[in-house]
Amino acid sequence: MAIYLDFEEPIKALEEQIEQTKEIGVNTNIDMNDKVQELESKLVETTKSIFANLTPWQRVQMSRHPDRPYTLAYIDAVSNGTFQELHGDRSVKDDKAMVGGFGLLDGRSVMFIGQQKGINTKMRQYRNFGMPNPEGYRKALRLMKLAEKFNKPIVTFIDTPGAFPGLEAEERGQGEAIARNIYEMMRLKVPVICIIIGEGASGGALGIGVGDKVVMLENTWYSVISPESCSSILWRSWDFKEKAAEALKLTSTDMKALKLVDDVIKEPINGAHRAQTEIFETVKNSIKKYLEELDQIEPSKRINERIEKFSSMGVWK
Amino acid sequence: MVLEVSEEDMSWFKRNKEGITTSTKEKKETPEGLWQKCSNCKTLFTVEDLVKNNWVCDRCSNHERIGSEQYFKILFDEGKYTELNEKLTSGDPLNFEDTKKYIDRVKATQKATGLTDAIRTVVGKLDGHDFVVAAMDFSFIGGSLGSVMGEKIARAIDEAIKIKAPFMIVSKSGGARMMEAGFSLMQMAKVSGKLGQLAEAKLPYISFLTDPTTGGVTASFAMLGDLNIAEPEALIAFAGPRVVRETIGRDLPDGFQTSEFVLEHGFLDYIVDRTNLKETLGKSLKFFRK
Ligand SMILES: [Zn+2]
Repeated sequence: MAIYLDFEEPIKALEEQIEQTKEIGVNTNIDMNDKVQELESKLVETTKSIFANLTPWQRVQMSRHPDRPYTLAYIDAVSNGTFQELHGDRSVKDDKAMVGGFGLLDGRSVMFIGQQKGINTKMRQYRNFGMPNPEGYRKALRLMKLAEKFNKPIVTFIDTPGAFPGLEAEERGQGEAIARNIYEMMRLKVPVICIIIGEGASGGALGIGVGDKVVMLENTWYSVISPESCSSILWRSWDFKEKAAEALKLTSTDMKALKLVDDVIKEPINGAHRAQTEIFETVKNSIKKYLEELDQIEPSKRINERIEKFSSMGVWK
Repeated sequence: MVLEVSEEDMSWFKRNKEGITTSTKEKKETPEGLWQKCSNCKTLFTVEDLVKNNWVCDRCSNHERIGSEQYFKILFDEGKYTELNEKLTSGDPLNFEDTKKYIDRVKATQKATGLTDAIRTVVGKLDGHDFVVAAMDFSFIGGSLGSVMGEKIARAIDEAIKIKAPFMIVSKSGGARMMEAGFSLMQMAKVSGKLGQLAEAKLPYISFLTDPTTGGVTASFAMLGDLNIAEPEALIAFAGPRVVRETIGRDLPDGFQTSEFVLEHGFLDYIVDRTNLKETLGKSLKFFRK
């Protein structure tokens, strides 16, 4: 059964009404087609008006929608089921919050990497809620280096509420692991495309987020802190998350306008999760388009442009 | 990372309420001159003696938190140096406002500290050789990483490449500056990119971690030194102690996230007492020249 967010309630109500009307038609043999059509056009209008005016906080809610597709779903669709997962950081363990491996994108080998959230209660635990430990970042780097060695492009899917703030994570150098990835990704000789598909929380996101193209799906967020944590720190209360979401300018449109990401990928009107085949197709086409563009550029020039892009970020007087 | 920023930021708020630093409160004017208590064992010293001892207590060897100016005086020959881009100051790209306008917060902090932002970048000589150093000031919004810090470091690296000098960052920071949100985050990538260019020029980068070094600073350039060195007993963390404690739901082991802990886990080359800093660093830098 589909899950509806609070602001989607009018949609839910209309959908239920349509179902009931159809049922009445069937049960009573009265022609309800006109009524159903009227309700359906009302549904289209309501959907449009709700989603045309989402607040930043509502976008954050969308990015966390439990029905939203996660990394493996994208990889599977984009690679047309050819994905072969590769495990482990070759040092400590295999981090289940970070996945990666080769897949074919219309016949071409691509290294796919991303944070993975769980699809149900049990899997959420197993995936550590998409919060990688240092081993996850080191696995990601190992796979990126593997791709670089064999001249295969890299696509990362970002969806994390943050790097895991645990005791072992600290012992094994969470900071160093993320730092190393940022540093190395900046200098990879192959094309790197990073796509924020859900939550892009801070260093945990940036740890697989340095690329030639960094793009956000429409209903995602990317910033230095979550609105909840920002509220608790700057307002000293959890009650200002809506205000914080606004202040942080964390939506795809804001981040694009600030030139902190390169592009926004439009989602189906009511969100990626309501029309998954459509969003998978859109993402696949976007990756192909970006790769075509990046393939034209010499590796050393691509690296310089990558460094230049990030170097130009910042505002000072 | 972010959560650590929060904690450090809170401690900055506390600090800010009490005055710029706790040491200000403990300073006393007496007929013999300015006196200050060791913030650990409370022994009273003349400021003159503290300066002579590089702000280290000679009773308990506590390292007082000091600012960029003090580090420069300790590091450079005859305490002499030239500052780079000292006028660079914060824009307010997001028009950020929480309980206070960001721009007002910056102005008030500038007035209170006499600093323009949380980092100063300088060039001077150590043992007669050119040396470019960037040092943070925790008193400026918790030493937080924003656009100005990123840009000043980037330009300092350009200078180091130009004059073929080694480069050092003295980190003392709560992490990212939330009021610059996405801009702040991207400074981690920006500085890392510049460090790659320094590496290409075969110039050494020393990361010197002091109390505290946390959050986004730890998750980027502070952990990327050719040498990572630290002061004794500094807090060095990605996520801060409070956040880790809440995550695991029990008390943290003694010495967790201290320099000594981080050294033991393999992320530091050595720990150096501030009183030996110049000598030890001079020795390290010599190996890259010979
Ligand atoms: Zn003492």
